Amino acid sequence: MAKIIDMPKLSPTMEEGQISAWHKKEGDAIGVDDLLAEVETDKATMEFRSFDKGTLLKILVPDGSIVKLGQPVAIVGNAGEDISQLVASAGGGAAAPAPAASPPAVSPHVESPQKAAPAEGAPAKEPAQPAPAAAAPAPATAPAQPAPPPPGGRVRASPYVRKLARERGLALGDIAGSGPHGRIIAKDLDGKQPVARAAAPSAAAQGPLREPESKPLSMMRKTIAKRLTESKQTVPHFYLTIDIDADPLHALRERVNEDLASAADPNDKNAPKVSFNDLVLKAVAIALTRVPAANAQFTPEALLFHQRIDISVAVAIDDGLITPVLRDADKKSVLTIAREVRDLAQRARAKKLKPEEMMGGTFSVSNLGMYGIDEFSAVINPPEGAILAVGQVRREPVVRGEEVVPGRRMAMTMSCDHRVIDGAVGATFLKALRGLLEHPGQILVL
Amino acid sequence: MTAMKSVRFREAIRMGMVEEMERDDRVFIVGEEVGHYQGAYKVTEGMLDKFGPKRVIDAPITESGFTGISIGAAMVGLRPIVEYMTWNFSAVAFDQILNNAAKIRQMSGGQLHVPIVLRAPNASAKQVGSQHSHAMEHFYTHVPGLKVVAPSTCADAKGLIKSAIRDDDPVLYMESETLYNLKGDVPEDPEFLVPLGKANVVREGGDVTIISWSRLVHISLQAAEQLAKEGIDAEVIDVRSLRPLDEETLVASVTKTHRAVVAYEGWPYGGVGAEIVDRIQRLAFDDLDAPIERVTTLDYPMPYNAKLEQFVIPNVERIVGAAKRVAYRSA
Amino acid sequence: MKDQDTQLGFYRQMQVIRRFEEEAARAYAQGKIGGFLHLYIGQEAIAVGTAAALNADDYLITTYRDHGHALARGTTARAAMAELFGKVTGCSKGLGGSMHFFDAEHNMLGGYGIVGGHLPLAAGTAFASKYRGDGRVTIVFFGDGAASIGDCHEAMCLAALWKLPVVFVCENNQYSMGTPLSRTLAVADVTKRAAGYGMPSDRFECESVNQVIERFGKAIKRARETSEPSLIEVLTYRHRGHSMSDPGKYRTSEEVDEYKKKDPLFVLRTHLEKAGLADKLTAADESVEQEIADAVKFADDSAEPGPELLAPTTYKGAFAR
Repeated sequence: MAKIIDMPKLSPTMEEGQISAWHKKEGDAIGVDDLLAEVETDKATMEFRSFDKGTLLKILVPDGSIVKLGQPVAIVGNAGEDISQLVASAGGGAAAPAPAASPPAVSPHVESPQKAAPAEGAPAKEPAQPAPAAAAPAPATAPAQPAPPPPGGRVRASPYVRKLARERGLALGDIAGSGPHGRIIAKDLDGKQPVARAAAPSAAAQGPLREPESKPLSMMRKTIAKRLTESKQTVPHFYLTIDIDADPLHALRERVNEDLASAADPNDKNAPKVSFNDLVLKAVAIALTRVPAANAQFTPEALLFHQRIDISVAVAIDDGLITPVLRDADKKSVLTIAREVRDLAQRARAKKLKPEEMMGGTFSVSNLGMYGIDEFSAVINPPEGAILAVGQVRREPVVRGEEVVPGRRMAMTMSCDHRVIDGAVGATFLKALRGLLEHPGQILVL
Repeated sequence: MTAMKSVRFREAIRMGMVEEMERDDRVFIVGEEVGHYQGAYKVTEGMLDKFGPKRVIDAPITESGFTGISIGAAMVGLRPIVEYMTWNFSAVAFDQILNNAAKIRQMSGGQLHVPIVLRAPNASAKQVGSQHSHAMEHFYTHVPGLKVVAPSTCADAKGLIKSAIRDDDPVLYMESETLYNLKGDVPEDPEFLVPLGKANVVREGGDVTIISWSRLVHISLQAAEQLAKEGIDAEVIDVRSLRPLDEETLVASVTKTHRAVVAYEGWPYGGVGAEIVDRIQRLAFDDLDAPIERVTTLDYPMPYNAKLEQFVIPNVERIVGAAKRVAYRSA
Repeated sequence: MKDQDTQLGFYRQMQVIRRFEEEAARAYAQGKIGGFLHLYIGQEAIAVGTAAALNADDYLITTYRDHGHALARGTTARAAMAELFGKVTGCSKGLGGSMHFFDAEHNMLGGYGIVGGHLPLAAGTAFASKYRGDGRVTIVFFGDGAASIGDCHEAMCLAALWKLPVVFVCENNQYSMGTPLSRTLAVADVTKRAAGYGMPSDRFECESVNQVIERFGKAIKRARETSEPSLIEVLTYRHRGHSMSDPGKYRTSEEVDEYKKKDPLFVLRTHLEKAGLADKLTAADESVEQEIADAVKFADDSAEPGPELLAPTTYKGAFAR
C-alpha cells in the first residue's frame, strides 16, 4: 500500500526545511534507513532517511523546495501501484490523511449542510431548535480545519499582496503569512520595509539603475535575519570595551605552539596548535566561573544564572554564520578546546553539525581578528546575555615604564543585555578576563 | 421636479406602470388576476378601473399562452407587461421566453424585436414550499437576448419598471413578495428612470464588499451593521440589474476593499453569484486579498418547515461569517 | 375555372416553390446547406392559395417547413436560397436558416422550430391587430404533429376567449415526422377540437389553389369582420421525408405514387395543357428554371455574415452582458 512521506522533524526547532538534494529518484528501490534526501533546516543540512522499504514512486517536491513540517514530500509504495489519489490528495494542499482502506460508506440520505452547499465556506448554524428529527439534516459539525500548506516552496500570497509587494518593493519571502495555508494577506505587510530602497540610494540617479542580482533567501539567511533583527530590536544592548596588553599572551602562544610542534610528527597537518582564540575562550570560561553573574540569561519571568559554561563560538561559513557550542569550556584544557573548536568549525562549514551542537550556549565569543579587525561590537545571540567581540592582536608602540617600545595590544568589546547584565557586572567580568589574559600562565593550569 | 412620495414597494411598481401606460398607449398588462381581482399581490390594484379591460387583461391560467401572445403582440409593435403570479410559474412558459422572446431578434436577422416586460415576485416568500420558492434569475440571466433586473428599494422599483417598459428588448423584472409592504420615498417625476445595468452602492465601507440584490440587500445591510460592531466596515452593493451587470461598480468597490462576499437567494451551483465571482476574479485579480465567498440558498429544494426554511435561505449570520472569513477575522 | 392567366400565375408560383425545393435538396446533397432542411413538396397549393386569400398586410406565421409560405408571400427565390446557404443576403441575413425564414416586408413573421411554440405568437399578432383595430388577420400553420402540444391548446383557448382575428390551419400531411396519425391522435379529425374552444372549423383534402382560396377565404373573412378565430384542417401529403435526413421508409412507394397522381401541381398542369396553354406552360417552366438557377448562383456568390452582425441582432444598443 503506497503512502505519503511527510517532511520529518530533523531538528528541535525546525518548522520547515529546504530539500537541498534528493538522493533517490523516482522508481528507485529504497530500504529502511536509506538516505532519501538532504534537507537544509534552520541550522544545518540534515539527512532525511527512509523509515520505509519499497519503491520511491513519486517525488512531490523538487530540489530547492521549502516544505513545512509534516507536509508531503514523496510517495513510497510498491512499484506500479496506482497513486493518483494520493498525488491528488497531496497536491490539493490538504493535510494528507492516511488513505482509507476502502471508500467510506456514506448514506446518500444524510448529508451535512455544508457538504451540500459547497460554495459556502463555513456551515450555517443549525436551526435554533432542532427540526423534526426525521427531516433534520445531520448536525453541522465543525468545519474542516484550514489545511496546512501543500508541499513546495512557493510563497503563498493573495493577489493583492503581490501587487502591493511589487509597488512597495517588498520581498515576500521572509514575511510570515497569517492567512489560511500560511497565505500572506494584506495586513501582514503592515510596517514592512522595502528591500529595494536601500539598494537604490538615489532616486535622482541618472539613467536606468542596474538591477541588483536577486538571490533567494536561504534557510540560514532567514534565520539570521529573523533572530538578529529580533535581538537588536528587543534586547537593550550596551557595550564595554577593554584593550589589553597582549604581549604575554602572544609570548605564551608562541611557546606553547613551539612545544607542541616539537612533540608532533612534522608531516602531520593535523598536529595540535593553539590559536589566540582558543586561549581567549579558556580565559572567558575561567572569568565566567569567577563572575557567574555574567553567565546569565533574561526571561520575562526570571533571570537565569547558568550552572554550566557553554560558549557559542561564531563561525563564518560560505553563506552566513553559525554558532556551534563549546560545552563545559571551563572544564577543558586549552588543547582540548583547540581540537573541539577546529572540529566544530570544519563541520559547520560542511553543514554537518547536528542541531543540538548549535543549541544551548550561555555566552558567545566572536573573533574577527583573523580578518584584521582591530575592534568591533557584536549583536547578542539570543537568548544569551552577552557576547564578546575579539579583535586582532595589534603590533603598536606601547609605553612601558618611561619608554615607548614595540608591543602588542588586543581590544575586546562585550555586548551585554542590560536586562540581565548591568554595567558593573560586565566591567567586573572584563576585569577578571583582563587579569587572566595579561597573566596567561593561569589559563594553562586552571 | 424632485418631489417625493412615500409609498409601498407594490405601489412604486404600480406608479411606474401607470405612468408608462399613460405615456404610451401601446403598453398593456396581462396576467392572472391582474384586473377584477386587483392583482394577486395587489400590485395592479385600481389599474382596471383606470385603463379598462382592453389594457388590463385577466388571463386564464395559461402562462405559456399569454406569454406567447404577448411576445407576438410585441413583435408587431405593442409593449406588453406580463405579470406572472410568481416567477415559479414562468417555468411553463420557459419555451416562449427562451425560444421566442430571446431569439426572434436574431432569427429574423434583426427585422423583428420583442419589447416586452415579464414581471412577478421571485424567490422565497414565507413557507410556500419547494415549488413556489424558486430564484429564477439564475435560469434567465444565462440567456443572451434577455435582460434581468431585481430592485430592492421603492425608488428603484419605480425607476426600473419604467426603464424596462421603455426598453426595446425583453426585460424580466423580479420582485419579492416579502418586499411588497416595504415603504420608501419615490420621485414623482414621470421621467425618473433608473437605467438598466447600473448597480448602486447602498452603504459605503472599506473592509469588505457585500454584493446582493432584491430582498437580500436588506439582509446584507443588517449584516453590515453587525459587522460594524465588530470593527469591520462593510460596503454593500445592490446590483439591481443582473443582466446587463455593472461590473465597473463591482470592480471599483473590490479594488477598494480587496474582499468580497456575494449574498443572494438561489442554489450554489452556477448562477448569477458565480458569474459575479468570475468577473471580479478576472477584472480585479490583483486587488483580491482573499477568495470571494458566496452566501447562497443551501443546495436543497425549499423545505416547508419554517425553521428549516430559515436554515436554508441566506441570513445575517451566514453573511457576517463569510465577511469575517474574507477579512481574516475568525468568528 | 377562373381567368386562365391567374391560373397560369398560380401554376408558376407552385412551380417556383417545387423547383426551389428540388434545387435546395440538390444543394443540401452538395453540402451547401447545413442543419435541417424540411421540404414542402406536394403542399405548394396551400401556400399559394393562402397568399392569394390574404391581404398584403395580413400576418402569416408558420412552422419550420416554411420555404413555400415565404416564397408564396413574396420573398424572392434569391433571398430564400441565400438564407439556406447561410449568406448575409438571405431573408434572415443567414442567421435563421431553413427553419427561420422571416420577411417582415411581406408580413411573413417567421418560421419557428419548436413544435407548437409559434401558435401563441400568432394569437399575439392577432391580439395586436384587435388592440389597434387595424383590420389585419393572422393566419398560422401547424402540422398534425403539433396538435397535441400544450401551446396549441393554450393559443386556441385564448384566441377563442379573447376573440382574436386568427386562422389556425393544420396542414395535415399524415405523418408526425415518421409516425402516422393513427398512432398520434385518438381522434383523427383535429377540427373536432374546435367545438371545445367554441370556434368554427373546416376540414378538407387539398385539391387545388382555388379550393384553398375559397375555403380559407371564408375563415379569413370571418376573422376580419367579426374577429372570430377558426380552425381549419387541410389534408395534404408531403412527397419527401420529414427532413433531408429522413428517407421516408415508413411509407410505401405505391402510397407515394398514388398521392403524386393527386398532386395539385400535376393536376393543374394537366388541366392547363388540356386548355391549350402548353406553350405558356413551357415558357413559364423556362422562366422558373432561370429564376431558380439565378437564385442558386446568387446564393453561391453572396458573402457570409460576419461576427459584427451578432451583437446587434441579440440586443438593441449596448450588448447586455
